[in-house]
Amino acid sequence: MSVRFQIAAGTALATLALALLAVALRTDHLVRAAEADDVNYASPLEVLLSPDGARLYVLCQQSEEVRVLDAATYAVMKTIAVGRVPRGFSLSRDGARLFVTNSWDDTLSVIDTRTLAVTATWPVGAEPSSIVEDRAGKRLFVANRISNDVAVLDAQSGKEEKRLLAGRGSSYLTISPDGSRIYATHVYPNPPHVRTEFDNRTAPESEITVIDTARAVVVDRMPLYRIAGVFHLAFSSDGRLGAVAEYHPKNLVPLAHLEHGGAFAYTLTIFGADVGKTSIEVPLDELERYASQPFGVAIAPDKSRIYVTIGGSECVIVIDVPRLMRFIHTRPRPQSGSFAYDLSASANYVVARIPVGHNPRGLALTRDGRKLFVANRLEDTISVIDTRSNRVAATITLAGPKTISEQRHGEQTFYTARQSFQGQIGCASCHIDSTFDGLTWDLEPDGFGRDIVDNKMLEGVKGTEPYKWNGGNPNIPTECGPRTEKYFWRSENYDNLTLADLVVYIRNMPTRPNRWKLPGHEMTPAQERGRALFTRSVDKFGKPIIEYNRCSYCHSGPKGTNQKLFDVGTRKPTDNSGILKSPPLTEIALTSPYLHDGSARTLEEIWTVYNPEDKHGRTNDLTKDELNDLIEYLRTR
Amino acid sequence: MNKLALKTLLICAMIAAVTPFAFSAQPPASGAHPSHAAQAASAAPQVPTSAAPQVLPRFRFENFTTANGLPDNHVYSVLVDGERIWAGTDNGLGLYENGKWKTYTTKDGLAHRAVLSLALDKRSGDVWAGTMGGLSRISGGRIDSYTQLTSGLSNDVVYGVSIEDENVWVATAAGGCRLNTRTGQWTLYNERNTPMTEIWVYGVSAAPEKVYYAVWGSGLLEYTQKTERWDKYDDPDGETEMVLFKDQGLIHEIVTAVSYVDNIVWAATYFGGSRYDGRYWHNFLTKDSGLPSNFINTLKGVDATHCWFGTDKGLAYYDGVNWAVYRPSLKDGKPEMTVRDAQGNVKQVAVTTAPAHNYVLGIDFQGSDIWVATAKGLSHGIREKQ
Repeated sequence: MSVRFQIAAGTALATLALALLAVALRTDHLVRAAEADDVNYASPLEVLLSPDGARLYVLCQQSEEVRVLDAATYAVMKTIAVGRVPRGFSLSRDGARLFVTNSWDDTLSVIDTRTLAVTATWPVGAEPSSIVEDRAGKRLFVANRISNDVAVLDAQSGKEEKRLLAGRGSSYLTISPDGSRIYATHVYPNPPHVRTEFDNRTAPESEITVIDTARAVVVDRMPLYRIAGVFHLAFSSDGRLGAVAEYHPKNLVPLAHLEHGGAFAYTLTIFGADVGKTSIEVPLDELERYASQPFGVAIAPDKSRIYVTIGGSECVIVIDVPRLMRFIHTRPRPQSGSFAYDLSASANYVVARIPVGHNPRGLALTRDGRKLFVANRLEDTISVIDTRSNRVAATITLAGPKTISEQRHGEQTFYTARQSFQGQIGCASCHIDSTFDGLTWDLEPDGFGRDIVDNKMLEGVKGTEPYKWNGGNPNIPTECGPRTEKYFWRSENYDNLTLADLVVYIRNMPTRPNRWKLPGHEMTPAQERGRALFTRSVDKFGKPIIEYNRCSYCHSGPKGTNQKLFDVGTRKPTDNSGILKSPPLTEIALTSPYLHDGSARTLEEIWTVYNPEDKHGRTNDLTKDELNDLIEYLRTR
Repeated sequence: MNKLALKTLLICAMIAAVTPFAFSAQPPASGAHPSHAAQAASAAPQVPTSAAPQVLPRFRFENFTTANGLPDNHVYSVLVDGERIWAGTDNGLGLYENGKWKTYTTKDGLAHRAVLSLALDKRSGDVWAGTMGGLSRISGGRIDSYTQLTSGLSNDVVYGVSIEDENVWVATAAGGCRLNTRTGQWTLYNERNTPMTEIWVYGVSAAPEKVYYAVWGSGLLEYTQKTERWDKYDDPDGETEMVLFKDQGLIHEIVTAVSYVDNIVWAATYFGGSRYDGRYWHNFLTKDSGLPSNFINTLKGVDATHCWFGTDKGLAYYDGVNWAVYRPSLKDGKPEMTVRDAQGNVKQVAVTTAPAHNYVLGIDFQGSDIWVATAKGLSHGIREKQ
């Protein structure tokens, strides 16, 4: 053995030892930090001003309250407990009632704004996320995120009249200034409606669902091409200009080079008489600074400005409307109707970028347009912006814990885009509201055009390692640390504490209630039959099903995974391997598309299309009724 | 003729002409009392045997073909949606609005080019289309499709569709099914969980109390929503084409369409029509009624007394006593209207227009007007003042 080789070997061993020590120390730290804290933050998500401007209503998602503040002194007038995880609220036209949608217990709290007390709690649809009342005070419209619809209720009794089909992940509603139309947006892209050879690689499409308020029927669906993730929509007071905040993912090209703008554009689609016959998409991003995760939109009463909260960039963007109009009417319009990829565009109309708190979401303008209130969800503050100077004039600190817990810090880390190159993306860019995005992506590590992967739900991931579809990451710290830092952020590594806190947040992410489960442990007859099929060991011909080909073998345990790797016959020519981790079944009903590459648009397709040889469980002996039963059971997981 | 041979013959006939279909009916005011055909045997029919003389409706028919924008001349189904008219054709779904036709195709998301059946969800305004390749929902211009591979739909050949509350009831070539649009749950109905002996289901008519399935070769199935119980009505003569006893029960096992309205079931077969009021049956044959043919593709009840029949030999109307037939003459193709009174007296009424073709597959009402889907065009019967 040569001396040179010995030195090299020694160096390598020393390096390995140091690396192991580092991993050990790091893991030790992570273990210490792994327990969740139980700190009840307010987490203000939305804000509203009373019609007279005297009160500021703050919807606090985590403390599950509405806090009523004096809009002049910011003193708390009342704290009103509402239902689980409230997500949206709005006032009746006369301001006499405040409606709150409680997204996790599927109820609507009705608050009398005179007494500031909850006067009724009405059951509504699955994950109600937004609500508006019509101008006549006859009907309420509620966007239900899980059932993908807008429910129409009697405004006095709360009785549901009907449901209208909306976009997937129906979430935010806005009534037009004249009250004649309601506009609904949705956070997940609609399923592709035309089957192609590349179903899992078709551009996402979303819509603005337009409802005739008087008739309560859908009269139009404004297409939003290449958009996945649509949030608040606002109108100018004259109704001639509408603007909606949205994500424009670039998921059809390899997600490799953030430095080349390779992940997302964050945009507004603007429409209305001021814009012209067709809507147009304009970017919020700048050359060096992206506008990651736009959420709330408000238009000044005099239509001079559009304000947009940017959740991941922790700022409010101010758009000069006359300059925006000049831009769209003088710049040659792309055939696509979109300027999304033009990073020089926003310099023509973005006039300010006002730093605010962590994860700014809802916003409200005073009637004179001079003050803008912004809810900083992960900071428990409200920024009060002087719109003449475009500066934060005051910060209202909501009562609550003053310390930042590890979990809270982890959640801030999850939502912020500051780690990534040019602030392009945060975890929440793809995991919308800590869930998923309904898209497939081509990630770099496996090679360009190789291993297209479906984005997965994060709830319940604790204890389901290894991670990644190929099981390549042994634990969450690896998944969220080196992998994310190297392949996603392209900019800044986490320090150990930050990574540990992020892991704590992800490990302790609560799982939403399953809407297909009956109360208690009851099951419908179809679910019972499906469970029997799921656990069966003999097929319909009396032949034993080999253990590893039973549903309940790979998808065992409370989360539906035995955490092992299998080849279930779904390998595509673009896949480097067909050996895949059996994924958990948590909230499987919500998370289409399915399979590792998102090729199955529905649960049915997993077996009707992609299991011809019974490698993905013995299922080809089942009748259609039985397959339906199996799916009914799976939806309870 | 045995059933298989008969089926084969009829399939050939359909291929030569067009595929039968079914349609949905108006919901009834209240529930009907279920009863089997046998219980009604030899009982008196409840159809009025006399009525005040009345004038049978006369129409001026305006016909649409590809020449004036219809997507295809083979029209399987028609649906009135306020001022809009939907036409399910062999080559796309046509929408007639403001004097113009727009065509939806598979490129727009339609499950298949051939649209066999249509139903309107009056509450949401959504239109449901049963096609040869799945079920499609047209909502605000967006089309979502369900197939046997992508959803719980029992079979891609959807002959009939009917809306009741939040449920979409579907008749397919492999049984019936129900989609709960609120929960997304599919429930299948076939030989394993209903008295259905054949699973070729041609039509469905759903109401809050009852749902009726027209089953090719397996009679008429009744589902009582409250009790979740199935009843089956068969031809008391069995599978023969002979009618041994008049009005004993369903006229024939090969049921092609059903319409449930005002607690009355109107059923079409390829061997005559039937009316059932929950206790008594009354059957209609060419030999003792004004039906132009026993081969009935479709029917649609107006109410408990009045019904329209779509046959292979013209469009027929029954007012409880009298009959009218509207068609191009079988002899020379000239427009023809004949009326038949309770005594069987038939007379010609002079007309200048007729439906586009005698092979009638779909019927819907627009106020006092009628729309008729035929094998060679869509017809708008504009009621004339009389």
